[in-house]
Amino acid sequence: MALSAAEVLAGLAEIVTDETGIATDAIALDKSFTDDLDIDSISMMTIVVNAEDKFDVKIPDDEVKNLLTVGDAVNYITKAQG
Amino acid sequence: MAKLIQSTPVAFSKIYSLGAARGDLTVTNDEIAGPINSSDEWITQRTGIVTRMRASKDRSLMDMAVEASNEAIKKAGISPSEIEAVIFSTITHPYQTPSAAALLAELVGANPAPAFDISAACAGYCYGIAQADSLVRSGVAKYVLVVGGEKLTDFIDPTDRSISFLLGDGAGAAIVGPSDSPGISKSVWGSDGSKWEAVGMTGSLLDFRDGTGAWPTLVQEGQTVFRWAVWEMVKVAKQALEAAGIKADELDAIVMHQANERIIDEMAKQLALPEHVVVAKDIKTSGNTSAASIPLAMHALLEQGQIKSGDLALQIGFGAGLAFGAQVVVVP
Repeated sequence: MALSAAEVLAGLAEIVTDETGIATDAIALDKSFTDDLDIDSISMMTIVVNAEDKFDVKIPDDEVKNLLTVGDAVNYITKAQG
Repeated sequence: MAKLIQSTPVAFSKIYSLGAARGDLTVTNDEIAGPINSSDEWITQRTGIVTRMRASKDRSLMDMAVEASNEAIKKAGISPSEIEAVIFSTITHPYQTPSAAALLAELVGANPAPAFDISAACAGYCYGIAQADSLVRSGVAKYVLVVGGEKLTDFIDPTDRSISFLLGDGAGAAIVGPSDSPGISKSVWGSDGSKWEAVGMTGSLLDFRDGTGAWPTLVQEGQTVFRWAVWEMVKVAKQALEAAGIKADELDAIVMHQANERIIDEMAKQLALPEHVVVAKDIKTSGNTSAASIPLAMHALLEQGQIKSGDLALQIGFGAGLAFGAQVVVVP
């Protein structure tokens, strides 16, 4: 059963909080991983791998650079679940 | 009919001793931050590196290899003439041929031992230990000198933000020989050439000769390598423990290739290592020294009294190739 975008956001926020300590409610769709959340490339990869595990999707390395905002990641994961 | 004689195997092998030599220059983050438009804080936060040890122009790869080897030979209590193979893992020997190992054998007094180089980058030392273990247990060689050594600074670009700022110079040496009890577990090793371009050089020497490329320097796709180094190498580490019949809580130390403290920390987290397992962090002061990093890190832990002879350590190397190698060893 595919998760809704809201459910993916909630799950992704937990992963980001676990990696960075950023409060879950600060992790919104319009936030940029680098500019707003100050997440570096290594933390981003940790988040990506944990998201792959949690949502049972594949996020290729080449795709990671396109995931600029939390919303980009939520959209990608939501579609990839299909 | 003539009867062929094959070598007589021995049951076990072990590492007898280690030797270490580092670059003679302590290079701070501030000294290298300018050309990459960075800062001490940025580098420390992303890599854990505070300083790296680099070799000055007058200190060659061979100088460091000889120094490390002589220490290992002395600590093993053997004569260099008893060494029956010399294996030199390096990617920075500046000659296509002859091998660095042949000259090293001559310089340490091991001539006429068979001598050859291994090109397995940051996995090179573990590849060397795997080969030495096989040579000793098969009875082909009694004592083997294994060296992982690099002068990486001959192949860096100060403006490169992918890998150059991580790198240091050094050499680590080990003497492997026969043992009454198991000292080196079955190696788990391999390669993945589908990621051949993930870490390597900016071009070939032919490009440089033909004027179509600059002097080749090291470069990597950081995120690809990070993902592989942590999550694929966790699997390899677990396979190595299983092959050794050792549980994670029976380890005294883990000595990973000192690539980046973030890789080390994430891998340690994924392996759920108990508190008592010492995690080598020589990278903080030595930087990433490729094939030298594992023996240098284990040597440092011994010198600092964080581990002792007889302890069990998982060592795992991984890097360009991509190539990886791991084994559990009894600390000499």
